[in-house]
Amino acid sequence: MLTISNYVKAKTLEEAYELNQARSSRVMGGMMWMRLSNAKVKTVIDLSGLGLDQIEETDKVFKIGAMCTLRQLEQCERLREEYGDGIREAVRHIVGVQFRNQATVGGSIYGRFGFSDVLTAFLALDTFVELYDGGIIRLSEFVNRKPDRDILVSIIIRKGKRKFRYSSVRRTKTDFPVIACAVVTGIVHGEESWYFTVGARPMKAALTERKWKLGPDESEEAIAAYAKEIAGEFDYGTNMRGSAQYRQHLAEVLLRRSIRSILTEDK
Amino acid sequence: MEIRFILNQKQVAVDAAPDAVLMNVLRDLGCKSVKCGCETTNCGLCTVWIDGKSRLSCSVLAAGVAGREVTTLEGVEEEAAEFGRFLAEEGAEQCGFCSPGFIMNVLAMVKEFEERDAASGSGVWDIEEIKEYLAGNLCRCTGYMGQLRAIQNYMAERRGAAEGREMKEVQA
Ligand SMILES: Cc1cc2nc3c(=O)[nH]c(=O)nc-3n(C[C@H](O)[C@H](O)[C@H](O)COP(=O)(O)OP(=O)(O)OC[C@H]3O[C@@H](n4cnc5c(N)ncnc54)[C@H](O)[C@@H]3O)c2cc1C
Ligand code: FES
Ligand code: FES
Repeated sequence: MLTISNYVKAKTLEEAYELNQARSSRVMGGMMWMRLSNAKVKTVIDLSGLGLDQIEETDKVFKIGAMCTLRQLEQCERLREEYGDGIREAVRHIVGVQFRNQATVGGSIYGRFGFSDVLTAFLALDTFVELYDGGIIRLSEFVNRKPDRDILVSIIIRKGKRKFRYSSVRRTKTDFPVIACAVVTGIVHGEESWYFTVGARPMKAALTERKWKLGPDESEEAIAAYAKEIAGEFDYGTNMRGSAQYRQHLAEVLLRRSIRSILTEDK
Repeated sequence: MEIRFILNQKQVAVDAAPDAVLMNVLRDLGCKSVKCGCETTNCGLCTVWIDGKSRLSCSVLAAGVAGREVTTLEGVEEEAAEFGRFLAEEGAEQCGFCSPGFIMNVLAMVKEFEERDAASGSGVWDIEEIKEYLAGNLCRCTGYMGQLRAIQNYMAERRGAAEGREMKEVQA
């Protein structure tokens, strides 16, 4: 059970950070995950009064405040124009609308959950996290850091022309994914680049990249071979939702479909 | 700690522990429609609106709703009764335990879709879209078919009524 002795709605980020330095404090995102944990929390720090619930856009980046809900991501027209249905696809299977009206982007990324669709999706894009004390660092670096007492302020996606595909497999609707994959491609430093993330293996999402130049007429066999190569690069585990072998097979199929879908988009 | 918020259009003040969950606070305030149906944040039975949006009150800290507007089934009696008629006509309910949360989310969905339609001018509701919106409301007894028929009938009648009003305006 979770017990809380003190609730503080932070007035500034600085106050939130200071309060969070005590080991018995916890930052509160949407509370969806934290509520199910077993902890004696002395002070819970509510970030909802700090204006971190906006998705801002500049010429160069999208900046998604830590307190934006998953539903906001799903309904953001600009993200959809930029990345297609991928972002929506990554979150729309998570429990239900009521849940996504509350679960936050900050809590989802900070948690670095092994099952996370949200992490799998953002890791494939050119994404950074903004930390109050730690500054701006790459999400790929943040993923492998141990949780500390910093505060996640926002997620920053650097813009660039990208094609993005997201897919997952679930045993039943609204359940955790058995496997989740994202594929992104675009020209980076003048070269065609491919980014692949596989999450829910059931370990947290990992990223691999390739400088591949692929055309719309790539054969099915060639695409299958690429997918096999990428899927083979990750490690997989067994739990009640599926075996390691099954997961790798699923990853291969999803990657193949996504690569093909991107290559034939303009056909 | 004292928490002040608006409950079903009335200002309320309650004394609650810092870890009190909204669902229990609402029940203590007499809103017995709000119930707990699971321990895993999955069933949707505890659905209420916070500032007009469907949320799971079993996972909301009561302290966090200070200054916000909370609506439960008790606050939308008329609409709930109207939609309830459509459910009854289709024989959609069996034990009825899932209904309060389900009805709250259906009404939120209808509101959201109608606002979107008013903005875009389209009025086609995909059954898949309805299912996706309601995927977080579980019912143990039925197969959801009666509910889906009830929703479609309810929406059709609302659209008919809206068109009727428009016709009258044109004729007047
Ligand atoms: C029943 C259930 C099913 C789920 N299914 C899925 C699924 O299928 N796919 C999926 O991707 N996810 C799933 N999730 C995870 C969910 O989407 C969220 O990622 C999760 O609930 C965390 O978000 P939150 O806003 O609730 O964070 P909280 O629970 O409030 O916080 C989580 C952790 O992050 C810390 N934290 C929160 N915000 C910050 C911040 N800004 N800075 C520093 N630390 C912070 C908290 O202290 C806490 O330790 C599920 C969760 C539940 C409870
Ligand atoms: S009681 Fe089941 S989701 Fe809240
Ligand atoms: S009618 Fe019994 S749970 Fe839905």
